[in-house]
This record gives sequence, C-alpha cells and structure tokens, in this order.
Amino acid sequence: MNNALKTFTNGLLKENPTFVLVLGMCPTLATTTSAINGMSMGLATLFVLVCSNVVISLLKNLIPDKVRIPAFIVVIATFVTLVQLLMQAYLPAIYDVLGLFIPLIVVNCIVLGRAEAFAAKNSVGLSALDGLGMGLGFTLALTILGALRELLGTGACFGLHLFPDNYGALIFVLAPGAFIALAYLMAIINKAQKK
Amino acid sequence: MEKLQSSFKNMVLSLVIIAVVAAGALAGVYLLTLETINNQKAAKQQAAILAVLPEGVEIGEAEEVNGLTVYKAYMDGEFAGAAVETQADGFGGPQKIMVGFDAEGKIINYEVLEHQETPGLGDHIVEWFKNADKPGQNIIGRQADGAFSVSKDGGDVDAITAATISSRAFLNAINKAFVAFKNGEVEAATGASQLHHQEAEAVEPEVEKQPQVAEEEPQVVEEEAQETQKPQVVRRARKQPKEVQEPKAEEPQEPKVNELVETEADYE
Repeated sequence: MNNALKTFTNGLLKENPTFVLVLGMCPTLATTTSAINGMSMGLATLFVLVCSNVVISLLKNLIPDKVRIPAFIVVIATFVTLVQLLMQAYLPAIYDVLGLFIPLIVVNCIVLGRAEAFAAKNSVGLSALDGLGMGLGFTLALTILGALRELLGTGACFGLHLFPDNYGALIFVLAPGAFIALAYLMAIINKAQKK
Repeated sequence: MEKLQSSFKNMVLSLVIIAVVAAGALAGVYLLTLETINNQKAAKQQAAILAVLPEGVEIGEAEEVNGLTVYKAYMDGEFAGAAVETQADGFGGPQKIMVGFDAEGKIINYEVLEHQETPGLGDHIVEWFKNADKPGQNIIGRQADGAFSVSKDGGDVDAITAATISSRAFLNAINKAFVAFKNGEVEAATGASQLHHQEAEAVEPEVEKQPQVAEEEPQVVEEEAQETQKPQVVRRARKQPKEVQEPKAEEPQEPKVNELVETEADYE
C-alpha cells in the first residue's frame, strides 16, 4: 500500500515530468498559451499515459524484447488516435485549439519513457498508478504554466479577466514567453525542493 | 508467465497481432465517431451561415462562384443577400471565413471558421473587424467594394496591431467573397457573363507579372467563354455600368500580394 502511494505521488512532485524530468517539452511549450489549453493537453496525455501503461504492462510478457519499441509505439499511437477521434466528436471546441498537437502525444517522451521504464517491469495496478501520477503531474505543470502565461500575457486566468489585457505582456503568450515562464517555474521548484 | 523469447517467429507474431488489434480498434472508433464528427462540422457551418445573415431568411442551395461557396438567402421569396465561404492565406496558414452580405453588398457579419494565426496577435481577426466601438477597424455594416485594404497600404481599415499580414489576408478574403457575391448575383440575375470575359482580356498583360492571378484567371475565361456563345446584344443591353466596375476593383488589390511576401520576413 505504501509502495502504491509512493508510485502515485512520485510523478506528481518528486519526478514531475515537466519540472524535474524535463520530458515532453514540445507540447509543454506549444500548448500552454492559456490555462485551459494546457489543462486539456495534460488531460489528453493523462488518458493516453494510463491506457498505454496498463496495456503495455498486460502485454509485457507477450512482447519479445527486440521488438518492444515498435510494439509500444503502436499501442501508444492507437490510444492517441482514439483520443483525437473522440475529442473531435465530443469536444470540438477544444479540438479546434489542440487538434494540431494531439498527434504529437505519440512522440511525447513521457509516454514512451514510462512504458519503457515502468510499465514493462511492473504489475498492471502499479503501472496504472504510475500513469495516473505522471499524467496528473504533467497536467498540473501544464495548467500552472498555461495559467501563468495567460495571466501575464492577457490578464486573464481560465478566460476570466483579472485586469484589462492592454496591460498584458504579449511575449508571454508567444514562444519566447513559454521558455521564460518555464525557466522561472523550474527555478522556483528546484529551490523549494532543495530546502 | 515466461517472457517470450526474441525468436523470429515470436517477434513477427506479436507485432502482427498487436497491429491487427490496434487497426480493428481504430476502425471501430472511427466508424463510431464518423457521424458525430460530420454532424459537428455541418452544424458549425450551418451556425456560421445563420450567424452572418439576417434572422428569418431562407437559405438557398450552395453555389460555386470563383471557387468559393455562396449560400444565397431569401426573405419572403426576395433575394436578401448571401453568405460566402471564403479563404485566404494568412500568416500561419489558411484563414477560412464565412461572410454575409445583404442584397446591396453591405457586410452583415462575419465568422472565422478556421485559422492558424498567432495566439494573442493574428487570432484577433475573430472579433477585431466587428468592433462597433472602433469605426476605424469595424467593417460590419459597411458597403463592400471589393477593395478593402489596411491603412498601411493606403486603405481605410485599421489593421490589427502587430498583425498586418493576418489583417491583409482577412481583408483579401472579404474582397474575394464580395467579388464572388457580385458575380454570383450578376450571373443569376442577368447572365451578364461577358463582363468577366472582357475584364480577363484587359487584365492579361498584368497577369504575366502576377503568377497567382494567372492561375485563377484562365479558368474563369474558359468557363465564361462557353457562355459567350449567346447573342451578345442581349447581354450588353442588360449590363449595368456599375457592375462592370465591381470585379475590377479586385485588381488594384492584387499587387499587394507581392508586397506581402516581401515584408513577411520582418514579422517572423
């Protein structure tokens, strides 16, 4: 039980995929233009991560070692395409914004990384927890980063205007702002963890 | 259970089985969501058509004019304007816009259907040009003439701050929509297709300088050429001087395409 809890919280803080492992930077930087976009991307990744972790953990003995990477990629790509189709059908507004980035989840290092490093060696339950923890950690990181960039860039948070957007520094919504905001967040989290 | 050895047979078998199962799952979900996805797209388009036309109109069948789709609207059987689905190449990719004109060609409203403009800059096209508080940038209610351009290019529409290219593309799309609207109306009402034929001839010397125009114009000439078989006298009589002017209005606009390409680097 203790072990399970540890696996779950591991992804949230100690090995947060964005702030500590620094994996999956492409979607992190590209989709966090607003809090809601970041959160949606995080949740889509969470879904793929949990599903692929479970399936790969189930199949781990059926997949010969030498072909494990292509097998993992096929499993992951299948779930990503499922997410894309389902999102397009039932969440068209979010799909309009994120559509371009959804296929990129396939090559997100977190998903393949967890499949390889965790799911291929652990039981189904633990793998699911690991996927959940990592996915939530990723979602949390993307939401924080998105909220920060949205707030600094447009004066809003989750679309709620806190101050007029004339005072926003547009650079935070653009690509350079993503790097700047991410760097400061990482610095703060590193400092907090060292104490 | 023992882990499978990496023998050739095992590797092929496991990959084939995984691929087949994955393909089956995808095909199933694809079929399951296909209808919903298509409905969503149709609903979005229908909503856009209704949003850019006055309330209570009946929408006629879609027509292709100049490669754009025109949805004519009728109020109590009278022509009441049209919604035109138009597009132009913006800064980040194609912009797809639905724009509605009333019977005289005044812009009723527009909806951006698709765009890939920069968030925070170019994506303001969605609401920038319908801000009733800022007459300099508002195009709603204005009489379209096919020659809207941003103030930087000598026009009278204020471009979006730091997104001139997106704004130019947007106005270009509106201009194209207006030309299609006018042509569709002219063809339906009078069959005065010679109008475009004459114009195409006059434009030809310029065409050499304008590769983009060159691609479009010959098509039009071909289409129109068939119709010019009809007696010319009738068409001349029906032609109205004002309408001859309208499609030409697009031409002064075209040279700006080159300018646009040159300055794009500055904005990158």
